[in-house]
Formats: sequence, structure tokens, C-alpha cells
Amino acid sequence: MKKIVIEPVTRVEGHGKVTIQLDDNNKVTQSRLHIVEFRGFERFILGRPYWEVPVLVQRLCGICPVSHHLAAAKAMDVIVGADKLTPTAEKMRRLMHYGQMLQSHALHFFHLCSPDLLFGFDADPAIRNVIGVIEKHPDLAVQGVMLRKYGQELIKATAGKKIHGTGAIPGGINKNLSIEERDNFLKDIEQILEWSRGALKIAKDYTIDNLDKIASFGSFDSNHLGIVRKDGAMDFYDGGVRAIDKDGNKIFDHLDNQKYHHYIAEEVKSWSYMKFPFIREIGHENGWYRVGPLARVNVCDYIDTPEAEAARKEFMAVTDNKPNNITMAYHWARMIEMLHSVEVIKSLLNDDDLQGNDLVVSGERRNEGVGIIEAPRGTLFHHYQVNDNDQITMANLIVSTTSNNEPMNQAVKKVAEERISGKPEITEPLMNEVEVAIRAYDPCLSCATHALGKMPLKFELLDNDGHIIQTESRN
Amino acid sequence: MADITFKIDNVDIKGKPGQTIMEAADAAGIYIPRLCTYEGLQPHGSCRVCTVFVNGRAQAACTQPIAEGITVDNSSEEVQQIRKDIIEMLFVEGNHYCMFCEKSGNCELQALAYRLGVLAPKYPYLFPKRDIDASHKDIFIDRNRCVLCGRCVRASQDIDGKNVFEFVDRGPDKRVAVNSEAKLSDTEIDVTDKAVEVCPVGALLKKRVGYAVPIGERLYDNKPIGSEIENKNQSS
Ligand code: FES
Repeated sequence: MKKIVIEPVTRVEGHGKVTIQLDDNNKVTQSRLHIVEFRGFERFILGRPYWEVPVLVQRLCGICPVSHHLAAAKAMDVIVGADKLTPTAEKMRRLMHYGQMLQSHALHFFHLCSPDLLFGFDADPAIRNVIGVIEKHPDLAVQGVMLRKYGQELIKATAGKKIHGTGAIPGGINKNLSIEERDNFLKDIEQILEWSRGALKIAKDYTIDNLDKIASFGSFDSNHLGIVRKDGAMDFYDGGVRAIDKDGNKIFDHLDNQKYHHYIAEEVKSWSYMKFPFIREIGHENGWYRVGPLARVNVCDYIDTPEAEAARKEFMAVTDNKPNNITMAYHWARMIEMLHSVEVIKSLLNDDDLQGNDLVVSGERRNEGVGIIEAPRGTLFHHYQVNDNDQITMANLIVSTTSNNEPMNQAVKKVAEERISGKPEITEPLMNEVEVAIRAYDPCLSCATHALGKMPLKFELLDNDGHIIQTESRN
Repeated sequence: MADITFKIDNVDIKGKPGQTIMEAADAAGIYIPRLCTYEGLQPHGSCRVCTVFVNGRAQAACTQPIAEGITVDNSSEEVQQIRKDIIEMLFVEGNHYCMFCEKSGNCELQALAYRLGVLAPKYPYLFPKRDIDASHKDIFIDRNRCVLCGRCVRASQDIDGKNVFEFVDRGPDKRVAVNSEAKLSDTEIDVTDKAVEVCPVGALLKKRVGYAVPIGERLYDNKPIGSEIENKNQSS
């Protein structure tokens, strides 16, 4: 295995590697996706003062830094004893977070996955890319840019900068939203809503029109996990962790967030830099779970904004109100979430708590804190211990892509099994399909490096003895 | 006593006997970049960011007294280049991660780099191993960011009357130590001491107040360092 060392503060990106092993009859015995990950980071922050962490951890990711910012800030709220934030602080953070959800989902949908949906994922990669979208559907390409920009401006207005801002501080927020800023957003909100509805329709129509073909594509039954509000509503910013099985039975619900490690464990495997989280009570064999848009729509009882709730009902009807386990349905779920985010943003903008001046609270100081949030790619856990000198002594993060690690491996395996039946060869269609299946999960490795529609993937085909028969590279 | 007349960049300046070039320039609303100097503390002359050419020779403006008829070069490319190089060296000698440092936006080193147009350093980063002293309940030292300006040493001694800090070792190993057996918490420093306030970078900081000022409202977000001196001239 090629060893790639990631400096502690670089973005999480890089090459994925897929290895497929065959038996003597050329049947797939094992297939794996290897992703480079940022193990060094948790060490890097040891000794740093705790209030620095929400700003520092944003360096983890160039695409969703806000998620790390807020998850760390939530953990630090626990440290400083801020058990209930002021309405202004909580709503400013929510506005930041839903703005980020909008920008991240818009980027993924319009620039990374829309080529697969608009041209069909078996189309020639030469046209199946963002340039192809710009040529064939220029209006959509522009909408993607504008939606993303709107989300980024929300981040700037709440965090101070479009990337790597400082808005959330332990116990609250460092600014409110001025009337002028608010009015600037309100004047465009109807247009943003309209475009989000349009994107949702594309994703929905694609899924329903192609259901025969995609129902089994890279699909498999799994558990699903995400945070939901106390009453079961979808909530990206705060709530209790809920896990359900493939049929929708609850495995656990709203256990203590501060004790997540009592019900979620992480397995280290020798062949991957990434950890494999699993639900303790089920065990590592079958306890893995999916996170992200598909899981969130599956685990919530309802969505508390009308248009997204109507869309959720349509979505759930496809699988008779049972959890949807179709990998390609991630795209549809993601667009339901994008519309929901815009609905939430609109209602927040109309809430004058955002103009309040009560920004920070504190209480009894603690030495340990956990912050859990729904990042665009799924549930994100930040866990810290702090000594009496205010320094970090322990950090553990479970990022969304880590939780989706096993599911992505499963998806790759499904595709490999279907494509390599007796023919020991890595073909173009195989590589395409692996890429499309992985992309449904919007993993971090795809985030910064494949703007032209090609994920930087390496493929290795191994025989029964582990000898490499073929290698291919896509980049 | 009669005024002393001299030139900075071909502009006639009148100063008082005993003034340094920097003091006379300040009074005239001309900004000379600086780092170790701090109003109210004895000039130290150690950082050399204030380098000017006096009759063609490099001098530290913060310590060099004015004299009748001298010509001071405060803006030639050569002078600017020396200052830029010094700032660059300060960056590579320490571990300055502006992107997450709580002093960002309020940091004089960063503001100088912006004002002087320092881009990616041409010198290699040294990534020194430096330590943190977080033992005090309200103050912490992050030596990764210390530029050895000595402001805290002088302020503690001359203004706070406490002598909390001192320089130890030499050359690349030189560092600010605390005047106690081990840790900052063992000294008599207090969070209200002048020594804590004068640090130009994020090396000596008050605890738990980082990032409280939003981006856009920090000291150098909207105006470059030195503009307070230049504006003084315009309003008078
Ligand atoms: S300011 Fe003159 S030497 Fe530092």
C-alpha cells in the first residue's frame, strides 16, 4: 500500500484506492476502499487552549469547516458549562449551519453529481462532468453557483468569513445579524427557494424514472444513524442520536450525547487509515451504519417545514414507509435536505432574535465535553478533555466519512461483484460505477479534487494469492 | 532650545533636541514601521523593523537621535526590503499559524506583514519546538509565537515593578523565561499587568477571551497598522 502522510493541518482530501481480490474462479472475494485520513490531527491539538479549538479544527476540511467549527463549539459549551445558549447565539449558529448545509449540498449536487444524473452514469466521462453540465444546462450550472454563494454569504455574515471564520465561541457567538445583512438575504430568499425546488425535482424524477436500474445499484441493507430533535423532527444542529435497523426498528434513541462512546465504538483495521465505527450492542460485524442525507431522512419522524415534509412523504412512499436502503437515493434525500435548509433559513431570517445582543453565557466549568452535529455528510462527533489549565488533553473525532466507510466499502463490493463475473478485468464501466456509487455518499475524498468529474481513484485487481493482476488509475 | 531641522524622504521635519527619529516622525505624522518599540516603554532597538537609512547608513529609528541636517530614508525600495526580510525571518523562526491564532486581526506582526506586502516567505520554515505555559489561571504563554521583542520584560520591570520576565539563553535558543523556579503561576503576575497588554503577537495572552471580537471589528481589519500615526497628521 502506498503510504501517504498528511500533514496535520492540511485539508482532508487525496486519493482513494480500491482493491478487488478474486478467487481461482475469478469471483470477487473481497473488495476494499482505502481512504487517506487525518489521524495526526487529534495529536496536533493536544496542549492547545480549549477556546482555540473551534477555530483550529476548521482546518480539517476545506468544504465543510463550519461543521467542525460548530461541533467543537458545542463541545466547548459543555466545557464552560453553557447548558443553554441565548436565543440569539443558538439561532445565529443555526443560521450558519443551515447556510453551510445549503452551500455544501448545492456544490455536491450541481457540480459533482448532476453529471451522473443528467447524462446517466454510464455516459461517456468525456461529457459526464461539470463542463458538460455547463454546456448542456447552463441555467442549472448558474443556479448551482448562486445557491452555493448564498450559503457562503450566510456563513460570512454569521462567522465573519466564508471559510474559517470565528463566529461560534465557547458559550455562544461573537456577533448578531444586522438588519441590513438580514434584508440583503431576505430579498433573494424566494429565488433561492425556487431553485431548490427545481433541484429537488431533478433528483426525484431521476430516482423514480430509473428506479428499476438503481434500486439494486451499489445498494444493501444497513442500519442508519443520525441526530433528531426530541420530538423526532429532523434537526441538523442539535438533538439526540437515534439509530434504526434496515426495517426501521429503533436500536437506540436519545441516549446521553455525552456518553456516545458507551453505544458507539470504533474499530481499527490494519489495511485502512480510517477507523470503522459501529453500534456497540450489535458488534463490529453487523453494527456499522450509514449516516448523511439518506440516513437522516430515514431516521427522523418528520420534517418541520412544510415543503420538505411533503417531499419526505413522497420519498418514503417509494419504500412503503420503510427505511430506504438504495445508495443512489442519497441524491434525492440530499435535495430534500437542501430545500428544508432554505425553508429554515427563511424562518430564521424572519426571527428578530437574530438582532439580539445577549451573545454568551457560561456556568460551571467541566473537564470533558462532547459536541454532536449533523454535518452535510452525516453525524459528526467531537469529544475533548480539558485540564485545569484550560489545555486540551484528549481529543477524539468521528467524522461522517468515517461512519460511511463501511457502507462505501459495501457499495464498492456490490458493484464489483456485479461487474466482474468471471472476467478478471478492471473495465471502464466498472471504474465509472465504483466512482458513481462512492460519490453518492459525498465522501471528503471527493470534495476538493475532482471538479472535472473524475474522482482520483486507483484500482488494483488481485488474484487469489494477492498478486496484482492489473492496476488502473483515474485522474 | 531651538528646533532641529532634518529631512525624511525629502520632507523637512522639525524636531526637538533629544528626540529619536521615530519620535520626531510620529509627531510629524510619518509612520516608521516598528515592533519592539512601545509607547511608554524605553526603546529597545532589538527588532530592527524600524530600520531607516540616515545619511546612507542603516540605523534603528527608535533609538537613533535626530541631528541637524541629516537625511532619513524611510521609503526607498532598499529600506522596505530590509524590513520585509526581517518580518519574514520572524515568521519562519517561530510557529505562526495566523489562520487559527486568536491574535489574528489584532496582531502587529501580521499587520506589518500585510502593510509591507510580505507574501509567502522565501526562507525555509524552522518549525522550532517551543513550549506553552498555561499554568496561570488567567494568562498563558505560547512561546511558538514569541518574537523576542522584550516588551513584556520591560513593562513588567518598568511599569508593573515586578520583574516577572527575563531573557535566557542565546542565539536560536533565546527565549523569554519567567522569574521563578518553574511556571508563570509561581510568579506575582496579574492579568491586569501592563506586561500582558503589550505583547504585539499571540505569545502572552489573557485566557478565555480569544475570538470574542468578530472578524471585521478587529484592530487591523479595516485600517493598516500605522494609520493611527498618519491620521494624526491629517487631523492636525
Ligand atoms: S522598533 Fe526599533 S528596533 Fe524594534
